[in-house]
Amino acid sequence: MANATIRPDEADHFGRLAQDWWDPRGASAMLHRLNPVRLAFLRDALDAHWHLDPQGGRPLAGKSALDVGCGAGLLAEPLARLGAAVTGVDAAPENIAVATAHARGGGLDIRYRHGELAALGLGQFDLVCAMEVIEHVADTQSFANQLADCLAPGGLMVLSTPNRTPASRLVMVGLAERLGAIPAGTHDWDAFITPDELDDILGAAGLCMSAPVGIAFSPGKGLHLSADLSLNYLVTAVRA
Amino acid sequence: MTDKRDLLILGGGLVGMTLALAAAHRGLSSHVVDLADPAELTHAGFDGRASAISTASWNLFSNIGLGPRLAPHGCPIDAIAVTDGMKPGRIDFRPEPNEASLGRMFANRELRLALFEAAKDEPLIAWHAPAQVVKRERGEFGVSALLADGRRLAAALMCAAEGRRSPTRDEAGLPLAHWDYRHRAMIAELSHEKPHDNVAWEIFYPAGPFALLPMLDGPGGSHRSALVWTVAEKDAAGVLALSDRAFVTEVEQRMHGIFGAIALDSPRQSYPLGFQHTAKITAQRLALVGDAAHGMHPIAGQGLNLGLRDVGALVEVLADGARIGLDPGDAQLLARYERWRNLDNFSVSFATDSLTRLFGIPGRIPSAIRRFGMAGVQRIGPLKRWFMDEARGISGQVPELLKNNAA
Repeated sequence: MANATIRPDEADHFGRLAQDWWDPRGASAMLHRLNPVRLAFLRDALDAHWHLDPQGGRPLAGKSALDVGCGAGLLAEPLARLGAAVTGVDAAPENIAVATAHARGGGLDIRYRHGELAALGLGQFDLVCAMEVIEHVADTQSFANQLADCLAPGGLMVLSTPNRTPASRLVMVGLAERLGAIPAGTHDWDAFITPDELDDILGAAGLCMSAPVGIAFSPGKGLHLSADLSLNYLVTAVRA
Repeated sequence: MTDKRDLLILGGGLVGMTLALAAAHRGLSSHVVDLADPAELTHAGFDGRASAISTASWNLFSNIGLGPRLAPHGCPIDAIAVTDGMKPGRIDFRPEPNEASLGRMFANRELRLALFEAAKDEPLIAWHAPAQVVKRERGEFGVSALLADGRRLAAALMCAAEGRRSPTRDEAGLPLAHWDYRHRAMIAELSHEKPHDNVAWEIFYPAGPFALLPMLDGPGGSHRSALVWTVAEKDAAGVLALSDRAFVTEVEQRMHGIFGAIALDSPRQSYPLGFQHTAKITAQRLALVGDAAHGMHPIAGQGLNLGLRDVGALVEVLADGARIGLDPGDAQLLARYERWRNLDNFSVSFATDSLTRLFGIPGRIPSAIRRFGMAGVQRIGPLKRWFMDEARGISGQVPELLKNNAA
């Protein structure tokens, strides 16, 4: 099972975007805009899970974190600033090269690895993140099983992914890719997963999923957390 | 290893130093660089100006712990009287007893002294003054300033708080709209026979507004107000050439005896008035605050208050960012700061601009319109409330630091 979850075409697609990944106005601009929104969800989830002071600094101090599908480190770097010992994993070696260089430039100590998660033998982590990743893998169930294997007892998992709805087909694949807001070829709508499907997948992996929270867009607020799940959503999961 | 901090604040005046203190209050470290020697800035003769500190700005000072230090030096403004050249039709802004005051008057020197004392004791602030910046650098991973003495200061975000002639803004090439009013403000402290009863006066003459702002009584029990008299630049030379006695006579004529006999209590000073508004107040790892981001006509006394709202918004954005692990120079944070401030700055600049134009047109018919307008404002509750909220600085989306968190 050397390549159980990585789809080579997907790895190539994101590898080509690597050089531009950290430009807030570049091809990954939408991901940059999404970052504060998903980080706000993550911070609230950390505070709730570990009973932390919501205004305290470095909530992940003394904890380990794994970011699966880390790209060029857009999520891994904030996790490191929050105090975690971070490991980032990505299928595309180009991404890992850019991520490593960027972390060094910013003076952050992050361990980056490329390849298939199961084959890397990284051990277990207090926090496991896979944001905007599960819709890109070949076998969602075996990917979820691998994530579950990486979760330390008492740990927290945070996932985000697009929903499979007419709205997401129209906005995320149709409009956004055609207008250039998201690079063309980023999303395959048929591979999108609904919250119910994700609940089943995580359940089969021995995890218990939280109620999903949506990420919606409005011209006034931009991207924001919402009860509307039709485009994109976030969940946490813990060992059942 | 260099001492890399969160913020590199260029300009350590009222806005820059409040930014450093407010940032420290939220756990953010800073370098503060100013060209001037702090001892000279707080010298008694350096700056005779006084500032009307709005309720929102006062909340900011209180929330960062300066309340007890500053309170004895502030003269509360209980009411604002606005008139058109002392003709009938005066608007009185007087809040109900249960409402917040309209602000407090402070000598700038007292504000500066309090800020400087607090900064000296704050470990999160590294204060470099007097120091000259000879080179600024902004890059993907951080910013730095090279000082004339060879030291290099590094940080994640550069904040330009150097005032309306900000060299950092110019170097960044941020566009700047500039309106020149061709006006000059004559500033002086007056002592007067009758008490001011904590009332601020804004008397509008076609030649420009004439403001009297209540100050605390002097050491000998004399009643005092700060005068801000705006004259057209073409008349300024003539006014500046007046002897003190002739100047007092001119001022008295415009006051219609409301405070009785008056005398000059300080040297006269004058400042040219400009107005500028830039929509772009951020660039890569750079944020403009205070007059570097906007220059204000001081008729509504909003310049410093707007700068302090910049401080409140920027610190809130940066602290929210730190809470979720974002770098202080993150482009998404700067975009939020810019969106938040632009709307606010534009609406206040626009309101002040309109006010100046409305009162700057001479003639009987415009005067009648102005009086009618003021009588209208006087009668229409919501409009009056809006003016009072503007004066207090509590309209719009107010940063947390500018709210009254004591209750």
